[in-house]
Amino acid sequence: MTAAGLVVLALGGYFNPVSSWFQRLGVDAQTWFSGRYLALVDFLTVPRDVASMRQRNAELEAELARLQTQVIELQQKVTETEILSALVDFARANPEYSYTGAAVIGRDPSPFYRYVIINIGSNDGILPGMPVVTDQGLVGRVDAVIAEAARVQLITDSASAVNINLPASDTEAMLLGSVTGDLSLDMIPQEAAVQPGDVVLTSGLGGGYPPNLLVGQVVSVRQLDYELFQQASIQPNVDFARLQFVLVIVNFKPVDITPLITTPGP
Amino acid sequence: MRVALTLFLVLLVALLLQTAMVSRINLLSGSADLFLVILAAWALQERVRFAWLWGAAAGLLVGGVSGAQWFIYLAAYLSVIGMARLLTRRIWQAPLLAMFAVTFTGTLVLTMFTYVYRILFEIALPLGEVFIQVILPSILLNLLLAVAIHPLMRDIAGRLYPAEVLA
Repeated sequence: MTAAGLVVLALGGYFNPVSSWFQRLGVDAQTWFSGRYLALVDFLTVPRDVASMRQRNAELEAELARLQTQVIELQQKVTETEILSALVDFARANPEYSYTGAAVIGRDPSPFYRYVIINIGSNDGILPGMPVVTDQGLVGRVDAVIAEAARVQLITDSASAVNINLPASDTEAMLLGSVTGDLSLDMIPQEAAVQPGDVVLTSGLGGGYPPNLLVGQVVSVRQLDYELFQQASIQPNVDFARLQFVLVIVNFKPVDITPLITTPGP
Repeated sequence: MRVALTLFLVLLVALLLQTAMVSRINLLSGSADLFLVILAAWALQERVRFAWLWGAAAGLLVGGVSGAQWFIYLAAYLSVIGMARLLTRRIWQAPLLAMFAVTFTGTLVLTMFTYVYRILFEIALPLGEVFIQVILPSILLNLLLAVAIHPLMRDIAGRLYPAEVLA
């Protein structure tokens, strides 16, 4: 009779608060025991885990170093690809010339000479005098060649002289290098209206370089009444400190006009 | 044989480092000359033999690569060897001082040889600008390089020419 009464009370929901209290107590006790057990297990297995974690950490650090190296290599390749892509675009935009690409592999040991060494030579059809360019403009010309390499005289070399044209003022002048690597224009006629910002192109006069290759821009002009010519400073388009890849124009044959220059007789 | 092989290897590595790296490190318009510093440090080691051979080989090698005439480097490097051998017998108790003296004088000789050749046969260059922009910075860079190269070459010389043990 008592049991039947308890069942009826349970089914009627009268024991719910007591049941909930017992359940909560049980869950709390279970949580506490489980937590203590796991803490005990951790305490007993810590030395082994630290060792394995250290090993894992070392592995991950090695992996990180490898991936960082890979990222640097890939970034370098992306840069190279961008440069090469620009050179290909330049070659496509100027189809009148044939080009051979080359990497700059060194610089002249002497600070007096602004030359670079490229990794193609006579085996690739390179000859002395061939003009060298990048997508940004004129670099220089081949000075000496061996089988697998060539030396290029930059237009910034102090012995370099390039005949140029200033289309804005329809003026011819002479581009000169210097010992510091700065470029300047000389032999600008006094009556020429040269302005800062004027574009400088090769003129092709003298036969040393093909015409209409971009060189740079006029930065400042110096005009003195008592001098025969004006002078100007030039900002080159090419960053000569960061030359990595260049194009050699292989179908341009420089003209040697030395025999035509008369020298005073004895 | 071992010395000749070392000579070949050292000069080859120096050429690669010089053209690919050292020449790209500029102070104003000057740059260091690794060969000159190596030769100075080598020739200052008392036990070293064939230092003149090192000078001649380096001079011809660099002269062949550079736009400068080969005899400029040959003459300058042989001068460096000569100065170093002379100083070895005089201020040997202060090797770093001797190193600095040879590097300073050697750089001055090399740059002046090149300058004189350029103004005589190639192009007129303003001496004041050349001195400030090229010669002085090159000297400074070479002196800095000398601090690192001198102990290195002393070690190489010690391995190739070990000290004789007296019985």
